[in-house]
Amino acid sequence: MIKVKNNSPATGDNIKIIDEIVRRHNIHRGAAIPILQEIQTTFGFVPPEAITRISDLTGIAESELYSIATFYAQFRLEPVGKNIICVCHGTACHLAGAEKVTEALQHATGARPGGTSPDGLFTLEKVACLGCCSLAPVMTVNGETVAKVTPEKARAVVKSLREAAQKNKTAKGGRP
Amino acid sequence: MGTGQYKVKVGLATCGVAAGGQKTYEKLRQLLSGLGIDPEKTGCMGMCYCEPLVEVITPEGKSYVYGSVDEKEAEKIVREHIQGHRPVKELLVLSPEEETEHSPYMEKQHRVLLGFLGKVNPESIDSYLSAGGYEAVKKAVGTMTPEEVIAEIEIAGLRGRGGAGFPTHLKWKFTREAPGEQKYLVCNADEGDPGAFMDRSILESNPHGVVEGMIIAGYAIGATQGYVYCRAEYPLAIKNLRKAIAEAREHGYLGEKICGSGFNFNIQIREGAGAFVCGEETALLMSMEGKRGMPRFRPPYPAQKGLFGLPTCINNVETLANVPCIISRGGKSYSSLGTENSKGTKVFALAGKIKRGGLVEIPMGMTINEIVFDIGGGISTGKKFKAVQTGGPSGGCIPAELGDTPVDYDSLQAIGAIMGSGGMLIMDEETCMVDVARFFLSFTCDESCGKCTFCRAGTKKMLEILDKITEGRGEESDIDLLVELGEQIKAGSLCGLGQTAPNPVLTTIKYFRDEYLAHVRDKRCPAKICKALIRYVILPDACVGCGVCRRNCPVNAISGAPKEPHVIDQEICIRCGLCQAGCRFDAIVVETGLPEADTDKKR
Ligand SMILES: Cc1cc2nc3c(=O)[nH]c(=O)nc-3n(C[C@H](O)[C@H](O)[C@H](O)COP(=O)(O)O)c2cc1C
Repeated sequence: MIKVKNNSPATGDNIKIIDEIVRRHNIHRGAAIPILQEIQTTFGFVPPEAITRISDLTGIAESELYSIATFYAQFRLEPVGKNIICVCHGTACHLAGAEKVTEALQHATGARPGGTSPDGLFTLEKVACLGCCSLAPVMTVNGETVAKVTPEKARAVVKSLREAAQKNKTAKGGRP
Repeated sequence: MGTGQYKVKVGLATCGVAAGGQKTYEKLRQLLSGLGIDPEKTGCMGMCYCEPLVEVITPEGKSYVYGSVDEKEAEKIVREHIQGHRPVKELLVLSPEEETEHSPYMEKQHRVLLGFLGKVNPESIDSYLSAGGYEAVKKAVGTMTPEEVIAEIEIAGLRGRGGAGFPTHLKWKFTREAPGEQKYLVCNADEGDPGAFMDRSILESNPHGVVEGMIIAGYAIGATQGYVYCRAEYPLAIKNLRKAIAEAREHGYLGEKICGSGFNFNIQIREGAGAFVCGEETALLMSMEGKRGMPRFRPPYPAQKGLFGLPTCINNVETLANVPCIISRGGKSYSSLGTENSKGTKVFALAGKIKRGGLVEIPMGMTINEIVFDIGGGISTGKKFKAVQTGGPSGGCIPAELGDTPVDYDSLQAIGAIMGSGGMLIMDEETCMVDVARFFLSFTCDESCGKCTFCRAGTKKMLEILDKITEGRGEESDIDLLVELGEQIKAGSLCGLGQTAPNPVLTTIKYFRDEYLAHVRDKRCPAKICKALIRYVILPDACVGCGVCRRNCPVNAISGAPKEPHVIDQEICIRCGLCQAGCRFDAIVVETGLPEADTDKKR
């Protein structure tokens, strides 16, 4: 994933990457969604400067691109935290206590569902059914599925991620 | 007899991986490499409740299935069974020698479609070919006219498995007869119903089956191009499907002049972007055209004017996966299963408070009780069976008293539920029906695209009323208001989302009115779920004052001196339940209703 600063003017390198993505998809009709999807996989979110650039290249109005990006739940218009935790809120997970898991995560991370914690460490998301209903409740932590989560288990995961980040920081800070 | 002839398969669909199957697989690979055996990856074996699953096939071809196999168990299986030739009894879930407690799960099913799942390697076309794969394409494209293919589907009586149950042969016929050179076939793999994972499992575990079904459908309707519109939340399904499409092309089942005929067909994948309404066919087409996925008025139906204005046939994953089975075995054999108006089998995702949850395939017409008790083994919590929910946010809650209802399109419709796409959620006494209704409504309210006022504003209003009720601020008249509003939303919405969104509320009111009344009259949640109506209370006699709950509480609502009974400050408590979960002395209980009433009872 490439790091770009939100709202920063697109740098030359980023522009090149965006151009390449648009070029690859623009051969199909109705390519706006695949383009935005690849922009998000590349940058972690859809930066405003990317929207401007896509609009310039494809002729699709910026307003239309924004209307698409805000309609679909997949698209994020803001950068995400270091760790992404998604809690499944499908029916089976709901019955098995997903609400309590999300609540515990909210307290442990300081992030509200749909938001990022002030320290930038965690983004917390409530997601629609992940389809692992027999292992409910489930969550994904940076893409890896964790089955049969309890509030305690969720808190322990946050704790270990926090410690890992701390270690990383001191290791970096320790070097001259 | 060399050990090299043993075959070992590991179920590595999403459920298996989530349960740790990848580690089991790696361990087996490491252990078996010395014995010259290469464990094979396979898809979902259907017994999601005891993943990770490992199948050992002996040199004589006998199959033993082991459940809940972690690394330690894997070692034991290799040592005792593969090297020692003695099956590890205590880990077996299915055995050729004797009945296990799990046997009824499989025996009661009729696995036509699922027969491939967990048997074939989804990443290998050779594996599918050796199981008889692509014979149906050869038969259809090589020896039948498109009309004959459609006639065979008519004899089979196949109805759409995506929810609406529309006869498949009619849809194909309409698209075939629509004027135009270029036509499209779209496989709807958006599977957005929370609680449904049949389509995901089929795509992950037998992608070639879907590709084969699409080729035959494409041939029958005269399509030039096929698309799979798949949820982005299903990365493994997309990966396996992509590989299957590439391999099918290499083998000449896709591309130009398929099987030596004049038929050309290709398949592309489009990823959804997270909008439930895009499962609706006209919204799906909008999304594929790169727009906001908002449904449009029908007619014209997609068969006349679909993708980019051209005739388009949209079918569900399971519908298409049935097609090769029908062509291979003949429509007659297929229609011998099921009921008068609902032919064949249906796959269900059995989940919720059920002992044996997973992917099950039953002949239509089997009763709910047979599914819950014979196949599913009853309720997992040991509590009473209360209701089953079918059809997700479009469906209804069926009370346990109606457990004798046969599962087919018409019988379910008659009691206010629907077959839906195949989610089947089992609920016990600890499930609050008002909370369930609220859950589904908050889902549809969120997912309403906003086009129709009744759906957009009406679901919001219903949600507000349900919030009021679950928060203890409800009045009796609210219940009638919900019914009235629900009927109006159904009448005033353009697409199936709004037309069915009130169903979970209406059916729970119809069958569980008492529970609604308990919430509004007595401010009580009988299932002890609704937060505003419950309290966590520490029993002074049972509490030893260990302090675990005090330390666990995220809001510091618990106080007490060491070794003294603790108390919870109800004003601060957020009812997260962490205290109860961590208490080793069962000293924390949940109460509901007005506190005075409770204290009165105790006295
Ligand atoms: C809100 C809504 C969501 C839907 N979601 C799906 C879905 O996820 N998968 C599906 O196959 N059909 C879904 N449908 C039904 C489709 O509109 C369509 O009827 C179906 O794909 C047709 O295929 P079939 O005839 O093979 O069943 C949905 C319908 C509505 C109204």
